[in-house]
Amino acid sequence: MNLTREEEKMLGGKLGRGIQAAMELLVAIGDAYDAEKMIPVTRAHVASSGQEGDLYFVELLANGGAKCLVPTSTNPVYDIEFFHRLFEIPSDEAEVARRVMEAYKKVGAILSWSCVPYLTENIPLFGETVAFSESSATPYVNSVIGATTNREAAQSALAAGVVGKTPRYGLHMKENRRGTVLIKVEAALRSSFDYTLLGQCVGEQIGFGIPVLTGITKRPNTEDLINFCAMSNTSGAVSMFYIPGFTVEAQTVQEAFQGDVPDDSITVTDAELKRTWERMQTTSGKIDFVMLGCPHYTLKQLGEAAKLLEGRKIHDGVSFWICTSSTTKALAQRIGYVEMIEKAGGSVVVDTCIDEPCWTVYRDRTGMTDSPKCAYYRRFKDVVVAGLEDCVEAVIKGKYE
Amino acid sequence: MKAVETRLNCHKIVGGCGEGEALVSHEPICFYLTDPRTGIVREKTHELSGKNLANKVLVFPSGKASSVVQIDGLFKLKSHNLAPKAMIVKDIETVLIVSAVLAKVPLVDRLEKDPFEAIHTGDIVTVDADKGMVTVRRNF
Repeated sequence: MNLTREEEKMLGGKLGRGIQAAMELLVAIGDAYDAEKMIPVTRAHVASSGQEGDLYFVELLANGGAKCLVPTSTNPVYDIEFFHRLFEIPSDEAEVARRVMEAYKKVGAILSWSCVPYLTENIPLFGETVAFSESSATPYVNSVIGATTNREAAQSALAAGVVGKTPRYGLHMKENRRGTVLIKVEAALRSSFDYTLLGQCVGEQIGFGIPVLTGITKRPNTEDLINFCAMSNTSGAVSMFYIPGFTVEAQTVQEAFQGDVPDDSITVTDAELKRTWERMQTTSGKIDFVMLGCPHYTLKQLGEAAKLLEGRKIHDGVSFWICTSSTTKALAQRIGYVEMIEKAGGSVVVDTCIDEPCWTVYRDRTGMTDSPKCAYYRRFKDVVVAGLEDCVEAVIKGKYE
Repeated sequence: MKAVETRLNCHKIVGGCGEGEALVSHEPICFYLTDPRTGIVREKTHELSGKNLANKVLVFPSGKASSVVQIDGLFKLKSHNLAPKAMIVKDIETVLIVSAVLAKVPLVDRLEKDPFEAIHTGDIVTVDADKGMVTVRRNF
């Protein structure tokens, strides 16, 4: 890779050990992909996790004097004090989380602790060059917004945030944004949960690739698209997709394939989505808790949950959790959604994610969720996956039938 | 017994030099699904299930799974001194590069021959990533 004199200085350690470590990582990636040069990024999102690998790198940068040069947001960890009041958290795990959060503050990140920062805290515009890690964020930014990002790791996104640059490779180049697989959608897609199933199904079937979806006639909403992104990039590696007419970058199917023919073609029917749904269930009947908000619930979803719970009581001994960002909760509080959920016996919890050690109390329990991603990374034993309305009915009755 | 030595050019991704017994996987690998205290692959349906990848030269097509778990998985193995000595892959992706950089495991791709034909489990393999050279020793 050809480096400028400024970049050589960074790599040589003249701007401190933190910047040097970030440059070493970016150069390794650039060399691996035969990138010719580095290009500026305008923002980054780090899929911080509060785990050991995460801690090592953010401390290396923060203690080495690096500071974020462009807006750089962070993924959920967890509020140690909040969870300590509820559950037992192993002290070594809590210590890692505490140090991680401190280091992100020191490195100058936007402490969003949110997995959907592209909605509120860190929003790219069409055509921006960015470095966004996190399963829903990468495809959402590429496809729905039309900025360009590769499928970053947390550390490569953080490195880009402090250096303000990324190697020019992959999805930053037009020719690599060509659709690869044609997905003929024959399923009806009646709800956001149907988009969840569609994402799960497409990711499972194509693995790695850029799907182009046809047959969708009704405009998908924000939540539909978030769900599709999160699931297709968890069950597979889908960094980008097209729904010509609805996503921004290609207006026609032909344009999405850049005039080329698809490598492959798949048809998705209602029956296929039903089979996808059936495969996720590990149990039915009695549940111990419901966990929603993977990815973090939007204000609209919190409102829907609040209305479904209004005037009702959650079953004795069953817990109801919705994970969201602190900005969304603040607004939901002002509107009254949080009070409606809490009156019914539920909780709206911020800054965290199901894949965090704060939930180990549920290790041997049965949970219900509307997210296959939550089911996949779960730290609990058995799982039922269904849409929001079914989750609310189940938490009232204490069971899912 | 006769030993045959083959030298193959490769492309450096993460520098360094590592030597060990080869362990070949035709399936992608997720390091999170290995036991960080032993190096044994826990993923039940995987072709390496029950095998130990600690201190081996690992030959595999690519990484898999989310960035968070993959990096944490390899990093934990390394902190218990159970990471592979080196890794030879076919298809590279960003998350695997970052995992290897953080865990300081030499990583190469673009072997001049198909790695799955050139290297068998049990061969003694030296990966000199800095020189772009893989040496395979096999006893007959």
